[in-house]
Amino acid sequence: MNRFEYVRPASVQEAVTAASQPGSVYLAAGTNLLDLMKLGAARPERVIDITRLPGLGEIDWRPDGSVRIGAMVRNSDLAYDERFARTFPVVAEALLSGASAQLRNAATVGGNLMQQTRCAYFQDVASACNRRAPGSGCDAREGENRLHAVLGWSESCIATHPSDFCVPLVALDAVTEVAGPNGMRDVAIDALHALPGETPERETALQPGELITALKLPSDAAAFADHARYLKVRERTSFAFAVVSAAAALRIDGGKIQSARLALGGVAAKPWRARDAEAVLENAPPTQEAFAKAAELALSEARPSGKNAFKIELARRLIVRALSLSTEGTPEAMPALPASPFATVPSANHAR
Amino acid sequence: MSFSISLTINGEKRAIALDDPRVTLLDLLRERLHLTGAKKGCDRGQCGACTVLVDGRRINSCLTLAASLDGADITTVEGLANGDDLHPVQAAFIAHDGLQCGYCTPGQIMSAVGLIAEGHAGDDPERVRELMSGNICRCGAYKGITEAVLDAQKTLKDGKRRDAA
Ligand SMILES: Cc1cc2nc3c(=O)[nH]c(=O)nc-3n(C[C@H](O)[C@H](O)[C@H](O)COP(=O)(O)OP(=O)(O)OC[C@H]3O[C@@H](n4cnc5c(N)ncnc54)[C@H](O)[C@@H]3O)c2cc1C
Ligand code: SF4
Ligand code: FES
Ligand code: FES
Repeated sequence: MNRFEYVRPASVQEAVTAASQPGSVYLAAGTNLLDLMKLGAARPERVIDITRLPGLGEIDWRPDGSVRIGAMVRNSDLAYDERFARTFPVVAEALLSGASAQLRNAATVGGNLMQQTRCAYFQDVASACNRRAPGSGCDAREGENRLHAVLGWSESCIATHPSDFCVPLVALDAVTEVAGPNGMRDVAIDALHALPGETPERETALQPGELITALKLPSDAAAFADHARYLKVRERTSFAFAVVSAAAALRIDGGKIQSARLALGGVAAKPWRARDAEAVLENAPPTQEAFAKAAELALSEARPSGKNAFKIELARRLIVRALSLSTEGTPEAMPALPASPFATVPSANHAR
Repeated sequence: MSFSISLTINGEKRAIALDDPRVTLLDLLRERLHLTGAKKGCDRGQCGACTVLVDGRRINSCLTLAASLDGADITTVEGLANGDDLHPVQAAFIAHDGLQCGYCTPGQIMSAVGLIAEGHAGDDPERVRELMSGNICRCGAYKGITEAVLDAQKTLKDGKRRDAA
C-alpha cells in the first residue's frame, strides 16, 4: 500500500472540499478500497474518511411512502430493516445475496454503489488495463474473460459492474443524492455507472469531490412488493459474485401484468435495465411464452466479448425463472439461501 | 503523520499511537498488540480467518483501517473465555469437532458469536451454513461447525432463560 494522508472531516462540506483536491478518495468501510490499495490498483494520495460524517446513517420514510437511506447505512442493517424488507423485498434479497455476513455488516450503501469492477486484470498492476491506466490496452480481451460483459462493452473495456444491490435499484428507478463543490444534485442509478466507450477510466457520473449522501427509492417502487425476486447464478452456492443475475418485479391484477420491471447484473459495466422487455410484458398474461419473449428482447443486442457466449443463454433462462418465481409471489420469509435460482422453496437444501 | 486513537480491546481501554495510517485492524492486533488469535488467511476479505467483533458486530479486520475505528469496542477470540471457563461457542466447537488444523477456528468462532447475536438463523442449519459462508475452512470441518453453532445458540438461549427466571 502506498503512503497517504488520512483526513477525517467533520462535515459533508469539509469532506467535499478535501476530496476536491486531486488524488483524493473517499473511505467508507474500506472493503473494496483497501483491497485495491493493497494490490496497488488504487494509489490515492489522500484518504477522506467519511464514516463519522453526521446525518448519513438514517433510514427516513416520507409520508408519501418513499424512503431516503443515508449513504453510511450498512448493507446488513438495510437488508434486515423490517419495513424496508417488506416494502422492497427484491432489494433486501439482492443485498443478502452479496458478499458474506461480515462484509455486509461493514459495507455501506454508498460504497456498494461505487465499488469497482472485479476484473482480474484491473486488479493486477502488471496487466494492461485501460480502466486503471488509460491507453495501456486491455489484457482481458485475449485473457480469462468468461465472466466479462456481453452487453454495452467496447473494444477498450469489457468489464462488468459487480454490485447485486444496484440491479433491483435500477429496476425500481432509485436515485442517489449527491453533494458536490457546486451544491446538491440527484443522479439516477441508471445514470450513475458509465458504459466504457472510449473512456473506461470514467467509471461513474460523479465529478471530483462529489459525495453520495443518500439513496432514494420512489413511492411507486413499493407497488411491486408482492411479486418481486432477485436471482443470482454463482459459481458456488454462496459468497460469490454473480455470473449473471436478474431482478424482476411485477404488478399483476386480473390475470394480467399491469407493469413490469426487469434488470440484469453481471452482464455489463452498469446494472442493465431491460426496458424493451418490460414493455412487452405490460398488459400480457404472466405466461412462459410472454417471459420467453421478454428474455429474447432483453438480450437481443448481446454479443460475447470473449469466451462468454454462455452468459447470453444463461441470462435468458434466468430472466424466465425470475419472472416465473415473481409471478408465484414474493416469499413470506427471506429464503434461507437468498437469490438462489435453485431453491424454489424457502427450506430447500444447498446445491441440491 | 502520527496520531493517537483509543480502542477498547476485550474490555480494556487502550490509547494506541499510530505512526502510519495504513495499519489495518488485523495488523494492529497481531503485530502491535500481540493478539494473534485473529488469523491472516487471505488479507482480502475472502476467507474470514480475521473475523472480530467491532461494537458487537462481526467484520473482517483485514479490510478495516484501524484509524477509522477510533473509539470502537473490539472483541477478539482472546476476549471470549472467562479464565479457564470457555465461552459456550468455544466449548461447542470442541464438543462437535468443529475443527481440524484450527487455523480458521478463531475466525469461525467469532463469526458464530456474531451470527448468534444477529439472530437471523433460527434453528435452521441451512440458514446457519449460509450465514457462516464468509468463513472458509480448508480442512472442511463444516459439518461440525454447523452443529457447534446450533448447539451453542441453544445453550446461550437456555442460559438466558434460566437467568431471566
Ligand atoms: C470477498 C468479497 C466478496 C464480495 N462479494 C460481493 C457480492 O457477491 N456482491 C456484491 O454486490 N458485492 C460484493 N462485494 C463487494 C462489497 O459489496 C463492497 O466491497 C462494498 O459494498 C463496498 O462498500 P464499502 O463501504 O466498504 O466501500 P469502500 O471500500 O470504502 O469504498 C468503495 C468505493 O466507493 C467510494 N465511495 C464510498 N462511499 C462513497 C460515497 N458515499 N460517495 C462517493 N463515493 C463513495 C470509495 O471512494 C471507493 O472508491 C464483495 C467484496 C469482497 C471483499
Ligand atoms: S476489461 Fe476493462 S477493467 Fe478489465 S483489463 Fe480490460 S480495460 Fe481493464
Ligand atoms: S484474512 Fe481477512 S478475510 Fe481472509
Ligand atoms: S480447521 Fe483447518 S482450516 Fe478450518
